[in-house]
Amino acid sequence: MSIELKNVTYTYSPGTAYEIHALKDISMYIPDGQFIGVIGHTGSGKSTLIQHFNALIQPTSGTILYNGEDVWAEKYDRRKLRSEVGLVFQYPEHQLFENDVLSDVCFGPMNQGLTREEAEVEAKKALQQVGFKEKNYSKSPFELSGGQKKRVAIAGVLAMNPKILILDEPTAGLDPKGRDDILDQIAELHKVRGITIILVSHSMEDIAKYVERLIVMNNGGVAFDSTPKEVFSHYKELEAMGLAAPQITYIMHSLKENGLDVDTDATTVAEAKESILDALKSGHSYLLREVQTAESTGSVGKRTDREENETCKPGERRSDR
Amino acid sequence: MIRDITLGQYYPADSVLHKLDPRTKFLGTMAFIISVFVFHTMPGYAVATLFLAGMIILSKVPVKFMFKGLKAIFLILMITVVFNIILTPGEILWKWGFLKVTKEGLSMAGRMAIRLTYLVIGSSIMTLTTTPNQLTDGLERLLRPLNHIRVPVHEIAMIMSIALRFIPILLEETDKIMKAQIARGADFESGNLIQKAKSMVPLLVPLFISAFRRANDLAMAMEARCYHGGDDRTQMKPLKYAGRDYVSFLILVVYVGIAIAFRVLGI
Repeated sequence: MSIELKNVTYTYSPGTAYEIHALKDISMYIPDGQFIGVIGHTGSGKSTLIQHFNALIQPTSGTILYNGEDVWAEKYDRRKLRSEVGLVFQYPEHQLFENDVLSDVCFGPMNQGLTREEAEVEAKKALQQVGFKEKNYSKSPFELSGGQKKRVAIAGVLAMNPKILILDEPTAGLDPKGRDDILDQIAELHKVRGITIILVSHSMEDIAKYVERLIVMNNGGVAFDSTPKEVFSHYKELEAMGLAAPQITYIMHSLKENGLDVDTDATTVAEAKESILDALKSGHSYLLREVQTAESTGSVGKRTDREENETCKPGERRSDR
Repeated sequence: MIRDITLGQYYPADSVLHKLDPRTKFLGTMAFIISVFVFHTMPGYAVATLFLAGMIILSKVPVKFMFKGLKAIFLILMITVVFNIILTPGEILWKWGFLKVTKEGLSMAGRMAIRLTYLVIGSSIMTLTTTPNQLTDGLERLLRPLNHIRVPVHEIAMIMSIALRFIPILLEETDKIMKAQIARGADFESGNLIQKAKSMVPLLVPLFISAFRRANDLAMAMEARCYHGGDDRTQMKPLKYAGRDYVSFLILVVYVGIAIAFRVLGI
């Protein structure tokens, strides 16, 4: 179920005053089962890029291969491709139209040729997987809250059983709780269904926590394409592109600069906690050196306890977050 | 696919036409449209063609933009032509059942086709060289006398400028929703008329909802900035005629004069 892009270029309104080169000569390979993050600031071409994955837009030049077949070949069945490569747009709640939630989710599977009964089975499965409560199935989608609408819309694509799921900023406009819920459920889908997930996001924190491969878009080109750790180590370049590495990267780098021997590759809070604790325990820190000398001379026993507590506190507090 | 309607889409360029006062352009377009209906002979249309070509060159807008607007009226154009050909009485050239093609019909159809085409291209020149805001400002000034007979000119102009402003936004929105539904397997192209109409539901419902939401937001934003209509409202850029506007009016008068002269003389 691989997707391959070969020298793809896309230009909006070619030959007019509004000509924009959204993608410039992009080549990439997306194998089976990866969890990929795509990041880039507004106008970097990420939304244009993902629309190429399921042949919603035709590249100005270059080819797109799905399982080795050119998706823009004359006789290629692009409807089938679109049901295998599910795309959830930004603000997917704007696409809801049916009278009730269940019918809306059934729209996709029924377009695949399933009967209403079969579609409902798929729809219920999908709604369950996004954590949508059964008692709300018969509600109008327009009565729901923003987070619920988003779940319904994601379920609408999921119900088609895609082999690759692309989500464009699925967490835009959600509160922190809703954001974590949705992202956790997406990660769960990756595990349970084993499908490829491509997650477009603004937030480095979200990306760092979940993805195994990170593609950074800048000015219509791919700036970085590697593991999050590797990408975040270029945090100065990221800043120049108007992006930022996760906050934890900054903390780790400034700890290192100030003499604490931590692993600056840590991208999540949990990893950072481990690394900081290790560094503290190994005793290379000047923060602890004083304590150790005090201990060896055995002069001020009480003060040692307090000092130890204090040095631990910042690390613990961070890990709680 | 749906981005092909040029009406209401400004093309930025640095030309005399872009700099003209919107009122001049509006009156000029009116004069041109009238002239197209006043002319009724080939030499007349040649003059109109010359005038139109001159305007297109002056506007510095690529020609293909002018013709894009034509695609939208292609169907109307075809219907007009066909009906004119078969329904105009006169000297019969060809007959099949109750369908008659007459000489008068053919010439009438030709004339209507030219008129409609020129009408669309003429107004496209105006909308391509004038921003929607300028256009409604101009209209508001032109119609201001109607205020005396209690026509809410400012409000009408405001409604128009909002409507024009929203055309590209709604087009973009349509495009987005369409793509989202295509991604869910929707099919907007195949099927018979009823199936096609039915397949529009997943597009139209979200589109209407978003239009209402936008309207609501805009009304709220305007009220939050104390908008209360046209009374005592001044403009940031008041319209003033410049030298080039007077020159344009002179050219227009001459052009309309030629049109009337052609008609009177029957050329």
